Amino acid sequence: MAKERRLINLIIYVLLLAGSVIMLGPLVWTISTSLKSQLHVFDVPPQWIPDPVTWANYKDVWSKAPLLHGFMNSAIVVVTVLSVGLFIAAMAAYAFSKFDFPFKEAIFMALLGTMMIPYSVVMIPQYIGFSELGWVDTLLPLIVPGLFGNIVTIFFFRQFMQGSIPNDLIDAAKIDGCGYFRTFTTVALPIAKPAIAAQAALGFMGIWNDFMGPLIYLHTPERQTIQVLIASMQSNYISTSNYPSLMAASIVALLPVIIVFFMAQRYFIESMAISGIKG
Amino acid sequence: MKKKTTGFRRKEMLWSLLFVTPPVLGFLIFGLTPLLTSFGLSFMSWDMMTPAKFVGGDNFAKMFEDEKFYKSLFNTFYLLLGIPLGMIVALILAIMMNRPLKGVSIFRTIYYIPVISPIIAVSLLWQWMLNFDYGLINEFIWRVFGVQGPNWLGDPNWVKPSFLLMGLWGGVGGTMVLYLAGLQGISSTYYEAAEVDGASRWHQFKHITLPLLSPIHFFVVVMGVIGTFQSFSQMYILASDGGPEYSGATIVYYIFQEAFKYFNMGYASAVAWVLGIIIFIITLIQFRFSKRWVYQD
Repeated sequence: MAKERRLINLIIYVLLLAGSVIMLGPLVWTISTSLKSQLHVFDVPPQWIPDPVTWANYKDVWSKAPLLHGFMNSAIVVVTVLSVGLFIAAMAAYAFSKFDFPFKEAIFMALLGTMMIPYSVVMIPQYIGFSELGWVDTLLPLIVPGLFGNIVTIFFFRQFMQGSIPNDLIDAAKIDGCGYFRTFTTVALPIAKPAIAAQAALGFMGIWNDFMGPLIYLHTPERQTIQVLIASMQSNYISTSNYPSLMAASIVALLPVIIVFFMAQRYFIESMAISGIKG
Repeated sequence: MKKKTTGFRRKEMLWSLLFVTPPVLGFLIFGLTPLLTSFGLSFMSWDMMTPAKFVGGDNFAKMFEDEKFYKSLFNTFYLLLGIPLGMIVALILAIMMNRPLKGVSIFRTIYYIPVISPIIAVSLLWQWMLNFDYGLINEFIWRVFGVQGPNWLGDPNWVKPSFLLMGLWGGVGGTMVLYLAGLQGISSTYYEAAEVDGASRWHQFKHITLPLLSPIHFFVVVMGVIGTFQSFSQMYILASDGGPEYSGATIVYYIFQEAFKYFNMGYASAVAWVLGIIIFIITLIQFRFSKRWVYQD
């Protein structure tokens, strides 16, 4: 029995390992290509370890496209939307989870209803509205809607707060003369920290990787987010078949996300699982 | 004394309403208003330069005569195949990982990396992987099977399978994590009881594991349908202008082109509404049928 179990474990190891090779292969191949010269990229058979190794492609994409601007623009959107949006979402979730007020259920259901509206339905009127305001080719259309709190985040926070903030604690704060807002910031927020961290990790990923919105609104290269810049690489900055530079660009787009992922891995996977089951 | 309590309650209520005001405003400004505007626009013809014109149902009539509309709709439905495909692979992976093996968390991380990777970077990477002459995939096919692989992104018959392949690689880790969480939530007593009754491994899987995971199947299918119907970015990169014979365009890609390339704002809104209604109906049907097969405890 034990022998059989060990054999099964071994088979599973081998299968998982083979799967890992498939998952990582394309990424390794991308890195490898990005370090090759244009001369060696079409070598047959393909070389996994570039010889010679060259960093020229990274310099090439960095000098041709305003990537630093791209990083800055993406960072501005992420930081403002997350810092304000998460706070606002936590406020709403606190009220929804711990207090009674008129039309509470109706309001919550209406907000949940927005999840059903596809972005492509609202994007055209939104575009028209923002262009009336003269906001096209600025970051504002990407930032402002995010400041009002995302319903998925509110839902997630509400579930969390219902379970983990004891009503007694809020009552105790009240008796001590702590006001509504201060109870929220000093009692509720610290307890909700893990939920906020999880949503920050997911939010970072979503906003950083967002493409369609930035593509619609941003036209001047210096004002574009990193994803739009990378996507326009082939048509604007390098020739179509320049795969080494293209792969270098793709690594540049990938790296920040991978770094954040490894720093906050626990939150990513846990929150995916939690929201999955509860959703 | 009583009056004072109600005053306090009232104050608390006002604060609560204040706290939920921003998302309500957001809903009104960025959700409801655009939704209604879009509905109005779908009966108009407008290029954002000349004044808008009311055209009645013309946009909808035009849609059903446009071959590109049918093609993009068909392509989008075709891509739904990726959902069952992803679920099967993800479930197999999750079952393999749901054992006390050393280093399982490392595997979990590896399978999850493509999920968090930006779709643009992933698309560029696959553009190179799927290259007809020098791509790694065709190189592999040549080495192993000794035949020339397909012209993945250049042949109208292979563009959609390319998307499925890339989608499987990029999405399986996310579904796997959900299944893993589901498997860990199944009490071992079920299996012990089945063991006593002499149920085979296959029967245990079929009658315990699969039904108890049904809330997750349901979640994955619903989110998968919504996600597939909104897919756009990978098509933008891998199938420029819709790809060969428009074989790579999805409905959102079609809307995007009509709205932001040709500035047919009215027509694009009409197509967007049709898309919205399709998503709504499919989701509704799924929820209706879910009562029959989704296990709730």
